[in-house]
Amino acid sequence: MDIAGSFALLLALLAALYSFVAGIAGILTRRTLLIKSARNAGMAVFFLVTFAVGALEYFFFTDNFSLAYVAEHSNRALPLFYKFAALWSGQEGSLLFWTWLLSTYAFFALFLNRNKHPELMPFAGVVLAGVQIFFLTLNNFVANAFTILGGVDAAGAVHMASVSEGHGLNPLLQYPEMVIHPPMLYLGYTGFTVPFAFALAALLGRYPGEKWIHITRRWTMIAWGFQSVGILLGAHWAYAVLGWGGYWAWDPVENASLLPWITGTAFLHSVMMQEKRGMLKVWNVWLVFTTFMLCILGTLLTRSGVVSSVHAFAQSSIGNWFVGFLALVFVVCFWAWWVNRDYLRSDNQLDSLVSRESSFLFNNLVLLAACFAVLWGTLFPVLSEWVVGSKISVGPPFFNKVNIPIALFLLFLTGVGPLLAWRKTSFDALKRNFAWPLGGGVAVGVIAAIFGFRDIYALVCLILCVFVTLTIFAEFYRGARVIASRDGSNLLTATCELTMRNTRRYGGYIIHFAIVLVFIGIAGSAFNKDVQMEMAPGDALSIGSYKLICQNFDQTNNNNFQSERATLEVFQHGRSVMMLYPERRFYLASQVTETMVAIETSPLRDLYVVYAGRSPETGRPVIHAYLNPLVKWIWFGGLVLVLGTGIAMLPNRRTVLVLHAEKEKAWEGAAVPGAPAVAVVPRKVNGDD
Amino acid sequence: MKTQAKFLVGSGIIVATLASLAYVGYTQSKTYYHTISELGSLQGSSLHQRMRVSGYVQNGSISHLSGQVDFVLQEEGKELPVSYIGRDPLPDTFKDGAQALVEGNLRSDGRFQAEQVQAKCASKYEAVPNSNPGEKKSGQAPTGADTTSYPGKS
Repeated sequence: MDIAGSFALLLALLAALYSFVAGIAGILTRRTLLIKSARNAGMAVFFLVTFAVGALEYFFFTDNFSLAYVAEHSNRALPLFYKFAALWSGQEGSLLFWTWLLSTYAFFALFLNRNKHPELMPFAGVVLAGVQIFFLTLNNFVANAFTILGGVDAAGAVHMASVSEGHGLNPLLQYPEMVIHPPMLYLGYTGFTVPFAFALAALLGRYPGEKWIHITRRWTMIAWGFQSVGILLGAHWAYAVLGWGGYWAWDPVENASLLPWITGTAFLHSVMMQEKRGMLKVWNVWLVFTTFMLCILGTLLTRSGVVSSVHAFAQSSIGNWFVGFLALVFVVCFWAWWVNRDYLRSDNQLDSLVSRESSFLFNNLVLLAACFAVLWGTLFPVLSEWVVGSKISVGPPFFNKVNIPIALFLLFLTGVGPLLAWRKTSFDALKRNFAWPLGGGVAVGVIAAIFGFRDIYALVCLILCVFVTLTIFAEFYRGARVIASRDGSNLLTATCELTMRNTRRYGGYIIHFAIVLVFIGIAGSAFNKDVQMEMAPGDALSIGSYKLICQNFDQTNNNNFQSERATLEVFQHGRSVMMLYPERRFYLASQVTETMVAIETSPLRDLYVVYAGRSPETGRPVIHAYLNPLVKWIWFGGLVLVLGTGIAMLPNRRTVLVLHAEKEKAWEGAAVPGAPAVAVVPRKVNGDD
Repeated sequence: MKTQAKFLVGSGIIVATLASLAYVGYTQSKTYYHTISELGSLQGSSLHQRMRVSGYVQNGSISHLSGQVDFVLQEEGKELPVSYIGRDPLPDTFKDGAQALVEGNLRSDGRFQAEQVQAKCASKYEAVPNSNPGEKKSGQAPTGADTTSYPGKS
């Protein structure tokens, strides 16, 4: 079976190579059969890699510890759920998993478009095959997950070895979210390959018009949605498991996942400029190239220990492969753009500073600035060592100083941008659309300031959140009212109908609303409190309106871990409200200490209590309590974001139009049969997203 | 003024603002990495920088005092006396022979005053040379298995 798995991977590499070479040959000779066979080989990669992944999972489920990777990342007693997830818990397996997701995307991209876009698909197939060749090379020759324990003796005979028990999965990863977080993030990282492939293909094939953007819009949304969910899940995991009271530390590995998300977000917005106005063609192509390269860079940062020297003590040579690949991708992209740059001429110019176009331009400008700042800060130790010879790192103050104003400006644009007209917006329209949302925001801000809300960034954030929320709801209300009065339906039904008629626009609004929720949660961190103290039974710790009284400490030992636990009774306004049990475990097999945080969560605040260890001086237990307002809004925003992304990917409802027309005819006898229902919605509301 | 010129002016203002903010953030949080042997050759203002130093905890050197923990870091035969004055408990992996990373300042008496200590258990690292414990998997699992102190906490 291990041989079969290895063999499938080797065949997959050959299939990808064939797909690449035959694809190029087919494009050059214009022979349909050759192109077809290249495509089929590209699709075959998926089945071969699927077989290899299945084989590795089979080894995990059957506790086959003759495989080095299985022995390293699993043990017999590990729950099945985690045996499954152990596939992506180490270098080799996660790279294989990566390749598999990539091949899945490639398969669907090739399969769903098999009879479409004959001028574009051969190029896209070649690019997809090229990327897969790189990852399959790693899987086969650099980090092979099917390496067996044992060795080869002098006579050349292979000696199999096997251990009776594996090392087990890192306890930090034995947490349900760690099963789902890496696949989400990987789906994001790999998903950006599809728009990249189509953009490069369109450029290489000088494919006319904006069609590649239409073809890849849903793919980009899928990748973006997964990336967002992956980032939020990672933040939640860090919050719930690592026990330092926060969810984001500007750690290089976190930044690595944020970078392609930022450029991906910029791309999702700026493509509209190209679709509607034929502008920003070069920019869009480079945004999608950059997003893909940042995905590769993220993989490089995560795996090589280039930057995160703080925690990655072990170095890995695999980084050099990624550096090489990154350089190659850049050269290819640059060459493709240079040769075909005349094809990307812009159709239009910017007409007015107060227009949808300029809001998109500012959106892109600050997103790119944020991306650049995060990239710069992350790579600073490497860059400074090159330039001045000493390794200098920057911390959270750097990232926060730059990114908080950017985030607030983006929030402002989120409210303003969608309501500005293309080309030019009149002052009257501005007044009509923004007067009362902005008034509402400022009113709430004034009230908050009177009640002692003094942190300037948090206050601005609050005003903007109210403003953006009001503009979004006003948009829904305006459109829904028209439909409701026309169909005689209630507002709620009309809102659903409105959303389904233009899923991209209204799904986008829902995503904007999700971002508002996330921002509210992040702004809450301005009011975080924490108290740390040594406690003995009977001691009390006060934080906010809570009072924690230590009942006792206990210790338990079992075969798996030694644990120290505190029992704390929580009082609020003099009444006992709950018990919390923060715990610290030392896992014997892996020699790892893990904190079991006690979190009492509510929409208003989280009470987050950590058993921090024992005081070095007195040996007494130390309890660290945090009061984190509004954190829950971030996770709730994540759910809304998934909903919005899902809606934005649905096709617009068109087929039911006839039904509506019939109904109206029966009721009113006045509607024009078969007229598109969207036409009744005022022009401002529909279609011009 | 032409629209494009206006846009460029607006962009210039935004970029300049962000750049100055970035500079302020940089000066507030920059931290130098040094090896123990480099510390001896530092001069002038670079002696007062915030820095990170890594090394191995010398066997038997850890002593708990009132308000601080003293120990000695060693690397390539050089030694550095360290006083940890942070308020967080030391990570459980911090023990004799562990690989440790300290962050803080060099005092004028040559002793390093650490506000943060991260440590990785040496025995595990040697027993499992292939496991790459620090750079674990999964996008965001940031600290990996063996550093029990998270860099973001202060």
